[in-house]
Amino acid sequence: MEKLFRWLFGKQQPPAEKATDIASTAPLTEEQLKAIVSSQSPQFDLPQLVAAAGQSVGKQRELNEDSLLAVTTTMAGNSGNLPFGLYIVADGMGGHQFGEVASNAAVRTVAGYVIKKFLPYLFQIKADLLEESFQEIMAAAVNEAQRVIQREAPGSGTTLTAALVLGQQVTIAHVGDSRAYFVYPDGRIETVTRDHSLVQRLQELGHITAEEAENYPHRNVLYKALGQGDILDPEIFTLAFPQLGTLLICSDGLWGVVAEQDIIRAVNESPNLQRACQNLVTAANAAGGPDNISVILAQLIG
Amino acid sequence: MKSPTFAVVKPSRANYNLLHLGENPLETRLFPELSDDDKGDEAAVAKSQLQAGVMLAKRYLIQEVVGLGGMGSVYRARDMHFPNVNKLVAVKEMINSAPDPLVRQTIVQNFEREANLLATLHHPSIPKIYDYFTLESRSYLVLEFIHGKDMEAVINDTNGFLPEEQVLGWAIALCDVLDYLHKHKPDPIIFRDMKPSNVMISSNGEVILVDFGIAKAFQSGIKGTMIGTEGYSPPEQYRGEATQAADIYSLGATLHHALTRRDPRLEPPFSFAERPIRRINPAVSPELEAIVNRALEYDPANRFKSAAEMKDALTAAARKTGLLSRLGPIVSPVKNEGIKPLWKFKCEDEIRGTPGIHQGTLFIGSYDNNLYALNAADGKFEWKYPTDGGIVSRPLVVEGNVIFGSEDKRLHVVSARSGKVVWTYYTDGPIRSSPTIAEGHLFFGSDDHYLHAVNFNTGRMAWRFESADAIRSTPFVMTDMVYFGVESGDYYAVNFRGELKWRFRSKRAVTASTVGTGQAIYFTSVDATLYALDPRNGWVIWRFRLGKSSISTPCIAEDLIIVGAADGFIYAVEAKSAKEVWRFRTEHQVNGSPVLYKDSIYCGSVDGSLYCLEYRTGRLRWKFGTEGAITGTPLVYDDVVYFGSTDHHVYALLA
Repeated sequence: MEKLFRWLFGKQQPPAEKATDIASTAPLTEEQLKAIVSSQSPQFDLPQLVAAAGQSVGKQRELNEDSLLAVTTTMAGNSGNLPFGLYIVADGMGGHQFGEVASNAAVRTVAGYVIKKFLPYLFQIKADLLEESFQEIMAAAVNEAQRVIQREAPGSGTTLTAALVLGQQVTIAHVGDSRAYFVYPDGRIETVTRDHSLVQRLQELGHITAEEAENYPHRNVLYKALGQGDILDPEIFTLAFPQLGTLLICSDGLWGVVAEQDIIRAVNESPNLQRACQNLVTAANAAGGPDNISVILAQLIG
Repeated sequence: MKSPTFAVVKPSRANYNLLHLGENPLETRLFPELSDDDKGDEAAVAKSQLQAGVMLAKRYLIQEVVGLGGMGSVYRARDMHFPNVNKLVAVKEMINSAPDPLVRQTIVQNFEREANLLATLHHPSIPKIYDYFTLESRSYLVLEFIHGKDMEAVINDTNGFLPEEQVLGWAIALCDVLDYLHKHKPDPIIFRDMKPSNVMISSNGEVILVDFGIAKAFQSGIKGTMIGTEGYSPPEQYRGEATQAADIYSLGATLHHALTRRDPRLEPPFSFAERPIRRINPAVSPELEAIVNRALEYDPANRFKSAAEMKDALTAAARKTGLLSRLGPIVSPVKNEGIKPLWKFKCEDEIRGTPGIHQGTLFIGSYDNNLYALNAADGKFEWKYPTDGGIVSRPLVVEGNVIFGSEDKRLHVVSARSGKVVWTYYTDGPIRSSPTIAEGHLFFGSDDHYLHAVNFNTGRMAWRFESADAIRSTPFVMTDMVYFGVESGDYYAVNFRGELKWRFRSKRAVTASTVGTGQAIYFTSVDATLYALDPRNGWVIWRFRLGKSSISTPCIAEDLIIVGAADGFIYAVEAKSAKEVWRFRTEHQVNGSPVLYKDSIYCGSVDGSLYCLEYRTGRLRWKFGTEGAITGTPLVYDDVVYFGSTDHHVYALLA
């Protein structure tokens, strides 16, 4: 316990200039600490993945064009314990262009492809190692989804942010402007994906400032989306699963509406992941709920 | 998806808006005959396509599908009105399945209006239109069939870079046709979709602009949140503006792709400035690079004012460089740039191994069977220790002792100060693997197939682990595990008790050693792959395909993995994504391993040179030539780089 305190408050002191932010967000009260300790305690004998999800159509739309999927498996025994998880958020585009068909096809196709690939390797008594790499499997799954969308709903498109967790590796495939974050219990948040949006690109190039970006008229223009274009080049990369942290995947209905510090607080201060997801959805709706909201949280505990 | 022979003029801006605007949803469902469920999808696509042998409009005999578009297929057909000759035409189909009758009507009207417009265009780089008609929900355009392939296919099918004069010739022709379209009366025609796959190169070498993209325009009109063709489009086109300057930008993007072979659809938008043409393809003249750069200016006002102006610039450049009259320029090799070694030392035979350093003394083995101790400051000979075989392993210096294997099958431990033997250890095969020390034990492989774990103090074997083949790689130790590959292609993770934890199989020998972080281990194989594996369980995180086999050990340079291969390249790939960041070509195989020192990469090549590259960009800082191959790994210490060459010399250079 002492170790946890030291870890929480010792090393990772947030920078001083953000003191005002910390005042409202730092988990310093006894209650908050308890919440963290109860949800983050590293004292689990069995290392395992835990996950939860939340979704809402929002307050201003009639149709939910978001799709999400969360698969978590736990296997324990004498012959190795390899947590396996697959978490996907897809945000269909275009209002009237079958965005919901695209996002649904994306989520199901990617999940089906990946699980089919891993099935014989994970759930057979004696199995060799899979020859293909995580990244190749994810790339093939995304390409398959691209094909299915172009066939099932030509002209439509969707974002896709998919995280494959195997052991302590998280491999992310990403197209569009849904996001994956690592949220740490000390209040840090790390955006691990990059939006494929025009506004983001113009900002990267220094053509518009962050403030101008806030009010940019074409905020919703993506330069890359699943189902669109003849070459799809998803970003695929592998990171170490955040130690003691939380993997968060969400559509812009959450990150575009709820401030980062409120996201961090909801993740770190809720008693469990299910409640955290619901709190995030509630926060987005409380802020007007202009768009569909989807969120998945996952932790590697133990 | 290419549509090589289709040509329709896009709707004008007004029509584009007609489709694009209007918040009332267009309930367009393309291919309504396709159901949402998965079954029979291939059949459904096939069903919507015309089969070979079908006679269309009692005139066009469908031969085969030559392309697929967003709203239908492109066919090659024979025009049966010319029964005595085999007149081929391209038939582009557009399936109009909008349920709303008004929308349907608008689509058909646009189609016909634009087909009529196309019929008025006469330019050698625009395909002729012969006919158009609508049958129920499908509209057809009949166009000139072009024998040849599109520029994208030409780029992809070419090994290496296209000759500059060829690209320049295309550029001039494309400027000419853009100029023609832009000067069209009463309204200028903006092509909007200039990219290599929309440029056909006929078998006679003619350049023909295809796919004026009516289908594309229809599509993007109803997309809602997506506008523009990724990669080739200028910034303003994402905002819905299409002007002559946009076509010039896209032409610049097309030329950039053709000259560099870097597909802009695989790169972030507007990132051409980050990939200067001549850095990727130094054979391109500065004149042509400058023209392409100007076409790619972010601000439309800074680009060429017109396609005609760009064409003038291109022809001027062609005249100045004499490009149109001569073949590709000759690249002059970089010279030694007057680099003088601090010192060099001659052994009696080749040096293929890697040096070690300890307290001002450099240790290096040679094929003359000796291990040499040299003064690192001036290269003066201190002592040599003879073995009965060549030494290719890297000497390890621990507690005043130098440890190295020899092809005489022994591991030798000698005093670093005096060169006197402390102990030796016998294996049953030549030792080419370099020793690693951890927890008081030396780990090394031998051609006898065993990984040996030897107590450093006593020289006694703690255990040995039998692998499938000779071990030439250096064992890599991380968090109580030993990782190594063997000549059969097997790769092992063994714990400190000599127990196998997991095993992986590559297709060919793993001669290179492993490097790693807590998250991943990296090694190359003769199967021409750079692998990233999960060190805990051996699952493959990613594989990166090298041009040829590799026995070079990777080097971790922050977020990059840098490694050489037998194709002569030094590659830098991003550790998390396996994306290539840069590659640098040497003149021969790269068998040694790159090392990072400060912000430079040092790497030898069989071409005889030691290269110093800026590690972020792969830009050459300098190179130093020797008279033999450099197959070992350089050692950089205190701003001095030490390495051996098969010209028998050890060199010391200022880093």
